Amino acid sequence: MTALAALIRRDIRIALRVGGGALIGVLFFLTVVVLMPFALGPDLPLLTRLGPAILWLGALLASLLTLDRLFTADHEDGSLDLIVMGRTPLELACAAKALAHWLAAGLPLIVATPVLGLLLNLDMVATSAVALTLLAGTPALTFTGMIGAALAVTLHRGGLLLAVLVLPLSIPVLIFGVAASEAAITGPVSFGAPFSILCALSLVSFVVGPFAAAASLRHGLD
Amino acid sequence: MTLIDLANPSRFLSLTARLLPYLVAGTVVLFAIGLYLSATAPDDYQQGATVKIMFIHVPNAWLSMFVWAVMSASALGTLVWRHPLADVAAKAAAPIGASFTFLALITGSLWGRPMWGTYWEWDARLTSVLILFLMYLGLMALWRAVEDPARAARAAAVLTLVGAINLPIIKFSVDWWNTLHQPASVFRMGGPTLDRAFLIPLLVMALAFTLLFITLHVAAMRNEILRRRVRSLQMMQARAASNDMSAASPASQPA
Repeated sequence: MTALAALIRRDIRIALRVGGGALIGVLFFLTVVVLMPFALGPDLPLLTRLGPAILWLGALLASLLTLDRLFTADHEDGSLDLIVMGRTPLELACAAKALAHWLAAGLPLIVATPVLGLLLNLDMVATSAVALTLLAGTPALTFTGMIGAALAVTLHRGGLLLAVLVLPLSIPVLIFGVAASEAAITGPVSFGAPFSILCALSLVSFVVGPFAAAASLRHGLD
Repeated sequence: MTLIDLANPSRFLSLTARLLPYLVAGTVVLFAIGLYLSATAPDDYQQGATVKIMFIHVPNAWLSMFVWAVMSASALGTLVWRHPLADVAAKAAAPIGASFTFLALITGSLWGRPMWGTYWEWDARLTSVLILFLMYLGLMALWRAVEDPARAARAAAVLTLVGAINLPIIKFSVDWWNTLHQPASVFRMGGPTLDRAFLIPLLVMALAFTLLFITLHVAAMRNEILRRRVRSLQMMQARAASNDMSAASPASQPA
């Protein structure tokens, strides 16, 4: 257990440093959300209507951007080989890395959501709904994205391929995340159903993600 | 003859060389019968002659999922049993499956325009099949991204197995959600609800398309084996050439 805690602490510390990538995700999130009103025009009711979708899309793209650095930095300096060859089960090590990545890159997105909700003319209920669904859904994005990151770690120009691989698996999370947010804002459809499925997607990804990523790392590195 | 007997590539090549003409002939015959039956099938009372798109759309849709299932079995063969030709089977099947998915989407879209009034609708069945198509493309990209075929095989095998979760979602999407796409009419509890006049041509066409997949798959596997042999020969040639050059250089001559 100490080995995993050390791994998590190390990853968070590296990510929070200047070149670490935690802040880049938030900056990208901010960029996407700020550009939307420029593209859509200053129509406030329209922005309110599209707000949850824009926030979710920005969070998805921001997490896609930061996924690249989940394994590549360790691969380049050789620590990934040490982790693979170590005594800690590789599945748990992958899960620990994904958890650290979510804490460093996913949580800041959720913290930034209320501020960005103001830009999109969302009220308290809407913003908290979106933040809650992001809290439930971004772990799924990180853990399924880890599969793509593990597959693409040994490629030089792996970044774009990673996005292509991860995108089909992230679409259900996006669909249910926005559905849950919309349900919380506009009444009659129940919030519980899509939110439960969103939580289920995250829970399934906690299991499938580490196993698939560990298998990819074991077979892919030589 | 078990699968392991086919593990020797040369044996596989010689066996399939003899088998391929029969597969082609069988495919042509089945398509002839199927197309004749489709042409002579009656018009639907509501859809008219447009219903005959079903005889192409449905087999393509079935095969798009069947091919991913075949690739998943090959992926298991690569990762679990280390069957030598499992990865060849998986790599050869991906473009064929992608084509079937693409044709299913196109024919469905053309059918939807007169029937539903729209070329496309973001309902559960269409969205999940589109996701399947994107996963096929991602898989094909992954195969070509890694230089060494053996390593690419293992990475692609993992991705194939992860993507297999989409198959039950596609199958049951019309039951779980309120979709525009019609519910299951053939593979359902309580038997098919399709009338015999349409069911027979549909099953014959499905058989014809399946045989087409097997023929194309076998031919593509043969090509892939030959392609890998060419690659090995080129590497051997390059190594021999560099050995000659280093042997001929002054530094390696005895002083």
